[in-house]
Amino acid sequence: MTPTSKKRVMMGFASMTLLFGIVLGIILWGGFNWSLAMTNTEEFCISCHEMKDNVYQELQETVHFTNRTGVRATCPDCHVPKEWIYKVKRKIQASAELYHKMLGTIDTKEKFEDYRLTMALSEWKRMKANDSRECRNCHNYESMDLEKQQSRGADQHDPHVWDAMDGKNPTKTCIDCHKGIAHHLPKGWEEAAKKAGL
Amino acid sequence: MQRYSNNNDYSVQHGLMEAVMKKVILTTVAGAVMMIQAPLAMSGDLASLRGDNKLEVEAQMFEAKKPLQVEGGFKRSWDLQPPQIPHDISKDRVSLQENTCIRCHSKENHEKEKAPEIGKSHYMTRDGKELTKLSTRRYFCRQCHAPQADAPALVENTF
Repeated sequence: MTPTSKKRVMMGFASMTLLFGIVLGIILWGGFNWSLAMTNTEEFCISCHEMKDNVYQELQETVHFTNRTGVRATCPDCHVPKEWIYKVKRKIQASAELYHKMLGTIDTKEKFEDYRLTMALSEWKRMKANDSRECRNCHNYESMDLEKQQSRGADQHDPHVWDAMDGKNPTKTCIDCHKGIAHHLPKGWEEAAKKAGL
Repeated sequence: MQRYSNNNDYSVQHGLMEAVMKKVILTTVAGAVMMIQAPLAMSGDLASLRGDNKLEVEAQMFEAKKPLQVEGGFKRSWDLQPPQIPHDISKDRVSLQENTCIRCHSKENHEKEKAPEIGKSHYMTRDGKELTKLSTRRYFCRQCHAPQADAPALVENTF
């Protein structure tokens, strides 16, 4: 073999590897994102009876399900972050949910009610820590018209709206007050939330 | 003699049969008349659950009334009247697990939420023993407290 032909073979091998890598990359990346999107639908969430028979039924009573204007928030809209890095982090945490699905931690109504407080507290903690980020995908202090709110709500929102307008951080975040708006509240939630500083 | 009387017996029996047959025919005729008349009477005097609404015409929709929102609440009609609810409660839930009314009206929260406080009597047992939590016999708020709508009274009331 002459040095030039050896070089040619090496080049060919390198380019083949590169091409193979690119194709494999596209397939894996696409597949990864596709499965992320697949598991990010309401249909997927309520394919488990734990979600369908409990929290999904409760959601249907609320304004986030049916309302005047016909906008609907589905499970992932509130429970899965939209930004990629946070979404992946939440998805990794969700592997614990698969484990508990196999254990059957909440597979009856009674077990679900017993475990509801734990689940609610963890979700409230998550929302408090991220400044109710998922609420803010749709709701903003800046776009609130206090005139159109009822007087009680308007009074409570007022200082925070002005803080937001002035570019300051509002002292309260949505979940501080708006607990249990899409699902029923667990027994003893008020004391537990106070204890956890929520 | 024997035969005569036998004949007589027969004629008596025959007369009886005739009477029975007459009765049967009468009852049958009367029954038939009733059966024809009954549905007629029903459509005239008695109303079915559907009322006078015809099957092929859609039922009239009732006008849904929105609950009244009144700043400061309703005045009581008498001293011990359970105060009426001056706001929408369609989103409120009272169950074994939760009672969303006491989010605002409880001893702890009413000041912060600027809501009327639950009466002291609601934190007592029937023997007058004071409780730290809402008494279970007062837990179901809507047993006594009702929201109001601006609708004409169904029955005249001169109270």
